[in-house]
Amino acid sequence: MNSEQNSYAPKIRSIFSVLLFIAIWEFSVRFGWMPGNIFFPPFSEVLTEIWEMLFDDLLIDSYKSSLTRVMIGFLLGSTSGIVLGVLMGWNQKVYDWLKPIISILYPIPALGWLPLLMLLIGINEVLPVVIIFICSFFPIVYNTVKGIKEVKPEFINAARLLGASDFVILRKVVIPQALPYIFIGLKLESGAAWRTVVAAEMIAIPTGIGALMMRAENLMRIDIILVCLIVLSVMCLIFENFFSYLEYKMTGEWN
Amino acid sequence: MVNIELKNISNYNCKNINLSIEDGEMMVLIGQTGAGKTTILNVISGLAPYEGSVYFNGTCMDNISPAKRDVGYLFQSFALFPNLTVRENISFGLEVKDFDKNQINKRVNELISLLGIEHITHRYPKGLSGGEKQRVAFARTLATNPKILLLDEPFSNLDPRTANILRNEMRNLQKELNITTIFVTHNQKEAFELADRVAVIKNGIIEQVSKPMDILFNPQTQSVHHLLGSPTILKCDKIKELDFGLAKVTCGSLSLIVINDGKPFDKVAILSHEIRLSKYPIDSVIPNKFKAKLIDITIVNKSIVQIVVEAEETKLTIELSKTNWNQLGIGISENIHIAIPFGSIITPTK
Repeated sequence: MNSEQNSYAPKIRSIFSVLLFIAIWEFSVRFGWMPGNIFFPPFSEVLTEIWEMLFDDLLIDSYKSSLTRVMIGFLLGSTSGIVLGVLMGWNQKVYDWLKPIISILYPIPALGWLPLLMLLIGINEVLPVVIIFICSFFPIVYNTVKGIKEVKPEFINAARLLGASDFVILRKVVIPQALPYIFIGLKLESGAAWRTVVAAEMIAIPTGIGALMMRAENLMRIDIILVCLIVLSVMCLIFENFFSYLEYKMTGEWN
Repeated sequence: MVNIELKNISNYNCKNINLSIEDGEMMVLIGQTGAGKTTILNVISGLAPYEGSVYFNGTCMDNISPAKRDVGYLFQSFALFPNLTVRENISFGLEVKDFDKNQINKRVNELISLLGIEHITHRYPKGLSGGEKQRVAFARTLATNPKILLLDEPFSNLDPRTANILRNEMRNLQKELNITTIFVTHNQKEAFELADRVAVIKNGIIEQVSKPMDILFNPQTQSVHHLLGSPTILKCDKIKELDFGLAKVTCGSLSLIVINDGKPFDKVAILSHEIRLSKYPIDSVIPNKFKAKLIDITIVNKSIVQIVVEAEETKLTIELSKTNWNQLGIGISENIHIAIPFGSIITPTK
């Protein structure tokens, strides 16, 4: 009984903290405790707005635009990041050649590339995809290289002595053991991709969730801004949890 | 069956190594940490670069890749692939060599049964005990029927009881399968129990290759004697057989109870690091307890201290860790109590 209580206690505390936050939001607005802003809606109105906007093309179209950009950019960035990371982690010569370049480019924030890319690519659908590609590519390369290099040489030697080729060693021994590191990159960067696309849309792209928020700001529609923020938060959570689930499925039994 | 010959092997950790190992022989390489023991295994398996030549049955292996040398290597850490189950680990070598599925299943089942690991075949290495891991690693090493076995301190991470059981099992299996084996250890007892011959290595150089008892009782150099912890060799004046496979031997004024396998002997060696010490009288029922006087102390290195004590007018060398020595807190000419366990008294009958 005691252990059951203990196992449920953290979940109850988490739910209670969210409910408390919503209650404080709702009542502080309704009773006028929110300092100085008459445009700030209570939570119940935001919920109503979400419900109405679900049937409104504006939110759905904006969401679809952002989702498509994130999916394409992240898929390209993470796939090429993993492939290059494996090559760099496995082959010292490739590592020596590419490490300096990666080290120089890695610290630049993805949005820092925006002015340059606007000039080179122009303002079109390729621009946010390239920004998200950059946002996910470098950290995933970094994590994958680390994961591959962390595999103890003994495992590679053992596989080699048992007759495995380099390809088999990579496929059956090295990459599976690097998965926890690769998933750290995927989890962090899938959320970062959403944050980056919204920021890029706010600054330079006329469509998508970020652009919708900027238009709502012009119209002082705080309710729409809050809906967009909630959508952004939910999407970050869904993406991160998807990769956590995938990681558990692929490594949970042995890791 | 394979004989191995190393000719003028040199690399970053070995100097001019020449060593011949016979068909089916168990050669034990003994030496301190960093002496070059594992490097020799890596040279034989092709994992380490080297100058000189390695021959298997007279065929030069220098240009043969590790995968094609047909060598089974049991690593000190076992190197079990954590992402594969026990069964997948054992079948790994057979699968990459494209064996037929039925053949793989048959061979894996054979090994699982041989090593008594039927109950863990679907588990991952993470949840296995040290002994279970060792058995799985041994099964994986044997799976592809290697012609040569290289064992790198496979028992060093196990508790003494499990290590003892597995050591005997491994020795029996090695004899049964008649595989040429090179076994690396820094444990002298292990070396003397297992070896057909022992090679003593120091600073990348082979100091002596002999039968175990020759190494112990007739070391060719002072350095070999020191490397074994300067065991005390005593000449036996009188031997009286007792019940339960024991004998009472008298060496000068010192009487010892030893394990007696029935073969004649005229001297005994006492392994210096196996002798137990206490500041106070030892109360337990173990035999070979003496009151002794400390007569000399030598600091061997940062972690080992060698002392000489006199018990019943007989000088005995004892090696112990610096920590244990500091805890004892005794000085020259002070009294100390010692116990010499059966296992530390070796008779030259092997």
